[in-house]
Amino acid sequence: MTAAWPLLKVAAALGFGLNVAGLLAWAERKQSAVMQDRIGANRAAIFGFKLWGLIHMLADTIKLLTKEDFVPKGARKGLHGAAPVISLGFALLCLAALPFGGVVEVAGRSWSLQPVESPVGLLFVLAMLGLGVHGVMMAGYASGSNYGLLGALRGGAQMISYEVCLAASLAGLLFIYGTLDLQQAVLWQGRHAWGILVQPLGFLLFVTAGVAETKRAPFDLPEGESEIVGYFVEYSGMKMGMFMMTDFVESVVVAGLVTTLFLGGWTIPFYEPHGALGAVLMLASFTVKLFVTLFLLMQVRWTLPRFRFDQLLHLGWKNVLPLALANFIVTIWAVYLRSRL
Amino acid sequence: MISVTTVRRPARTMATQIYFLEILKGLLITLRHFFVNMSRHVLFELGLSKEPGAVTIQFPDVPAMLGNRARTRHRLLKRDDGTPRCTACMCCETICPAKCIHIVAEDSPDVQIEKRAKSFDIDLGLCVFCGYCVEACPVDAIHMDANDVELSAYSRKDMIWSMPELLGDKKKEAHR
Repeated sequence: MTAAWPLLKVAAALGFGLNVAGLLAWAERKQSAVMQDRIGANRAAIFGFKLWGLIHMLADTIKLLTKEDFVPKGARKGLHGAAPVISLGFALLCLAALPFGGVVEVAGRSWSLQPVESPVGLLFVLAMLGLGVHGVMMAGYASGSNYGLLGALRGGAQMISYEVCLAASLAGLLFIYGTLDLQQAVLWQGRHAWGILVQPLGFLLFVTAGVAETKRAPFDLPEGESEIVGYFVEYSGMKMGMFMMTDFVESVVVAGLVTTLFLGGWTIPFYEPHGALGAVLMLASFTVKLFVTLFLLMQVRWTLPRFRFDQLLHLGWKNVLPLALANFIVTIWAVYLRSRL
Repeated sequence: MISVTTVRRPARTMATQIYFLEILKGLLITLRHFFVNMSRHVLFELGLSKEPGAVTIQFPDVPAMLGNRARTRHRLLKRDDGTPRCTACMCCETICPAKCIHIVAEDSPDVQIEKRAKSFDIDLGLCVFCGYCVEACPVDAIHMDANDVELSAYSRKDMIWSMPELLGDKKKEAHR
C-alpha cells in the first residue's frame, strides 16, 4: 500500500483531470445554453434517462472512437499520429504536480495528497504547459496542408507569447511566497492571505495569459472551429477528439494553478483539517475552488468575442507583459521595503 | 419634410480603452442571464413556477406555437347548412402562381348558386403559401388558417389534399 501510494495518487489525478475535462464539454454546452435562454443538448438518453444532457458526452465519445481515422495523402504519418499524443500527454502530466490536498495523519502514518511532491512543482507545470506547443506545431507541419500549417503558426506565436506573460505574471507572487514548491505556496496562503488579495493585478494577468495558453475563446485563433481553419483541420475521429480534450485538460490545469496560487489551494479559511475527514474536506475545497474558476473561465468564453490576431499579440506583448513586469518590480520594492522596517 | 438625426457614437474614453471594466460589465450581464434563467429552470422543474427557463419550444414533443396571423395550410369553409362555400369560380386556380390548385366544377342543385366544386385538390408540394387564393376568393371559401405545419409526406402524391380533407370531413392519412 505504502509503495503503491504515489502511483495511486498519480492515477487518481489523471482520472480526475480526464473526467473533469469530459464534464467540461457538457458544462460548456449547458452553461452557454442557460446563459443564452436556450435549453442545450437534451436528446440522447439511455433507457429514458437523459441526465440533463450528460448522456451526450457518452454518445460523442462513441462517435469519435468509431469514426474513420483518416490520414491525408501528403501527411507525414509518424508525426501526424504523434502530435495529438504529445499535445494531450503533456497537458495531462501537469496534473500530477498539482497539490490536491495537504498532508494528513491517518493510521499512524502521514499521507501526502499531492501526487508528485517536488520542490520545483511550479516550474514543472509551466514547462509541461509550454511543451504543449510542440503538439500544435507538429500537427500543423505533419498534416501536409497549408491551412493546418498556418493555424499551427498562429498557435505557436500565441502560445509562446503568452507563456512569457504567464511566467512574468507569476514572478511577483513567487517573490512573496519565496518558493517554487506548490505545496509550500498553498501553506503560505494558509498562514497569511490568499494570493488574489496579495497580487490582484497578477491574478488578472495570469488568468488572461492562462486563457490564451489554453487556446480557448476569446483567444481561439489557432483553432477557430467555426470559421477560420485551425491546426487540426486534417485530423478526424479520436485524434481530433484528443486535441479537443487537450483544451479542456489545459483549462483544468490553468484553473488548478489559479486555485493553487491565488485562491488558497486546498486550505479552508479558519479551519485546520485533520485525519481522514480533513483529507476529504481538503479535496472538496480544492475541487470546489477549481470548479468556480472553471465556471468563470467558461463565462469569459461565452461573453467576449474573439480577438483579431494582431490585437492578440498587441495585448500580449504591449499590455500584459509590461504590466506583469511593472507588477513584479513594484512587488520587489514592497518586499524589500518591508524587510527594512 | 426631411429631418436629420445625428447619431453620436459613444466616445472612446479611458474607461472603455482599458477594456477591463467593459469585460466586467459584459460578465455581469452574462452572469445575470445565467442565474436568472437557472433559477427559473429550477422553479419550473420543481413545479413552483409556470414560467420556463428557456424560450425554446420543443417542437415535435409539444405542439408548434404559431402566431395569430400565421399563414398555414389551406382550409375550405362551409355554409351554415354544411355545404361547401366554394362556387367553383376558378379565381383561386387562375391567380395561383404555383398552379397547385385543381378544381373540377359541376352544376349545383341550388339554382341560385349555379356551380359547385366536384373536386378541389391542392398540391401542397407545389404551393408557395403566398395567400393569393385567399385574397382572390369572392365567397370567402378558402382560408389559410388550419394552423397545421406538419405537412410532410412520403411521396409527392401524398402531398395532394382533396376536398373532404381540406373541408375537415376526412382526416388526411399518411400513406407509405
